[in-house]
Amino acid sequence: MNELGFSDKAMRLLLLGAASMSILIVLLIFLFLGKEAIPFAEKPGLLALLDSRWIPVSFQQPRFGLLPLLAGSTLITVLATIFTVPLSICGAMYIADLASPLEREILKPFIEILAAIPSVVLGFFGLLVVAPFIKELFHLPSGLSALTGAVLLALMAVPTVISISEDAIRSVPLAYKKASLALGASQLQTMLRVTVPAALPGIVAAVMLGMGRIIGETMVVLMVTGNAGIITWQPAESVRTMTATIAAEMGEVPFGSVHYSALFWVGLVLLLITFGLNVIAQRVLKKYGMMQ
Amino acid sequence: MNHDLKERLFFLLLRLVTYSMVLVIGFILFDIVRKGLPVISLGFLLDAPRQSGAEGGIFPAIVGTFYLVIGTLIIALPLGIASAVYLTEYAEQGRFTQIVRMAILTLAGVPSIVFGLFGLGLFVIFCQFGASILSGSLTLACMVLPTIIVASEEALRAVPQSLREGSLALGATKWQTIRKNVLPYAVSGMLTGSILGIGRAAGETAPILLTAAAFYLPKLPTSIFDQVMALPYHLYILATQHPAAHKVIPMQYGTSLVLLTLVLGFSMSAILLRAYFRKKYRW
Repeated sequence: MNELGFSDKAMRLLLLGAASMSILIVLLIFLFLGKEAIPFAEKPGLLALLDSRWIPVSFQQPRFGLLPLLAGSTLITVLATIFTVPLSICGAMYIADLASPLEREILKPFIEILAAIPSVVLGFFGLLVVAPFIKELFHLPSGLSALTGAVLLALMAVPTVISISEDAIRSVPLAYKKASLALGASQLQTMLRVTVPAALPGIVAAVMLGMGRIIGETMVVLMVTGNAGIITWQPAESVRTMTATIAAEMGEVPFGSVHYSALFWVGLVLLLITFGLNVIAQRVLKKYGMMQ
Repeated sequence: MNHDLKERLFFLLLRLVTYSMVLVIGFILFDIVRKGLPVISLGFLLDAPRQSGAEGGIFPAIVGTFYLVIGTLIIALPLGIASAVYLTEYAEQGRFTQIVRMAILTLAGVPSIVFGLFGLGLFVIFCQFGASILSGSLTLACMVLPTIIVASEEALRAVPQSLREGSLALGATKWQTIRKNVLPYAVSGMLTGSILGIGRAAGETAPILLTAAAFYLPKLPTSIFDQVMALPYHLYILATQHPAAHKVIPMQYGTSLVLLTLVLGFSMSAILLRAYFRKKYRW
């Protein structure tokens, strides 16, 4: 009996240890990104990050301004979100309220396939098919633009946003709908004035989680946005995002150099942005009781 | 009636939007299958690349991806399942549990390239594992951990409470109950959920970019401290860095198709298994 009690306690401790690993990993991520980033704060100083140019390799004075990268990430995220939101809400409304049960069983996994396609494959498809198409369509000098990146990122975000929004729409109490219909409202009026507004917090959270995915996506933007490090708000121009900068430059920098340290700052800023987006989205989901 | 017409038009619009998305997905898959299939041959699957990827096959990349997936599985699966067991069976509502949940959600939102930086800083440099299968697998394991935990928790919660109560009432300890009366019924659900996470690990490029992958290696890796070739990285280099990128387009399509088949194969089998087990265990 005693032995049993002991092994029971030991198991409990072991499992507790495993569960603590997640906390440990999160702490280590912040710790190790910070550790490699610190030298930069000492030598050129943090003010150097506010420069308006990112020219990490230069014969005169290398410049490490995060602003063009932030602008690039922002432009792409905003564009992609503009594409994602209407598509996802339409899709979620259709699947949740209008599709027959059989249709839903087929549509949902099919759209989830899109989420399973590796980003490098989507980037490759973008490079060969979407970029030339956009170049032709808008008569651009090159198809490698913020717009191309945003279209592909929207494709990546749509499954996440649809799936969470659809859950939110379906979790609206049936009584609301019935009450609305009983009062003589049409199905359309009920959807637009009752169901969707009631599910709105869930939809907002879904969009924020989708934005987190978009801003953190690397391979697609690295492959199709052209990676010019300039500040621009033109969708047709080439931009360079934070993620693409890390991926493209980290392989070539000397370990421990200023450039190396600066790239960890880029990572840190990226981490803080996605962290913030996630925390807010989870708060919203929790507040309105939409957490599973 | 005017109103009726408006409603029908709106519903038609919703349907059009939804089906156009389906069409786009279909087109992507179709395009890759149509142009990738002619490239696939036994030689392509079983040969090493020659002339920097312009000829030959992708065998080492397939093997490399396979090693990385196995490594990830060995690290993340026990850890994820153990965490889930703790969270569903032991944890009380409290500070600590809340922090664990917060940490899992945070991990799920960390961008893949940040995992790459983290793996570089911790495993490659600090632990001195170098760019290797071990570093890559550890990095990928951290990335898929939340997926595995969430899937396993769901599977554990699906086991009816009465099974636990019956066992406890007969005098079994908590752990005996979990091992004999909960885990056997949850294991199928935990595995299928985890396969989805593993599929994601197989297709990721950004985390292994800095921690494990090499474009060309003359021989297959022999230890966990060796670098590997991997399908996603191979495709990335062929498509963007290759000196004659447009000449190797068929090779790119072939690699895409193999990678896609692998990843979607994981997802499909998970979905089918889930359906099968749902029928088998009905409470």
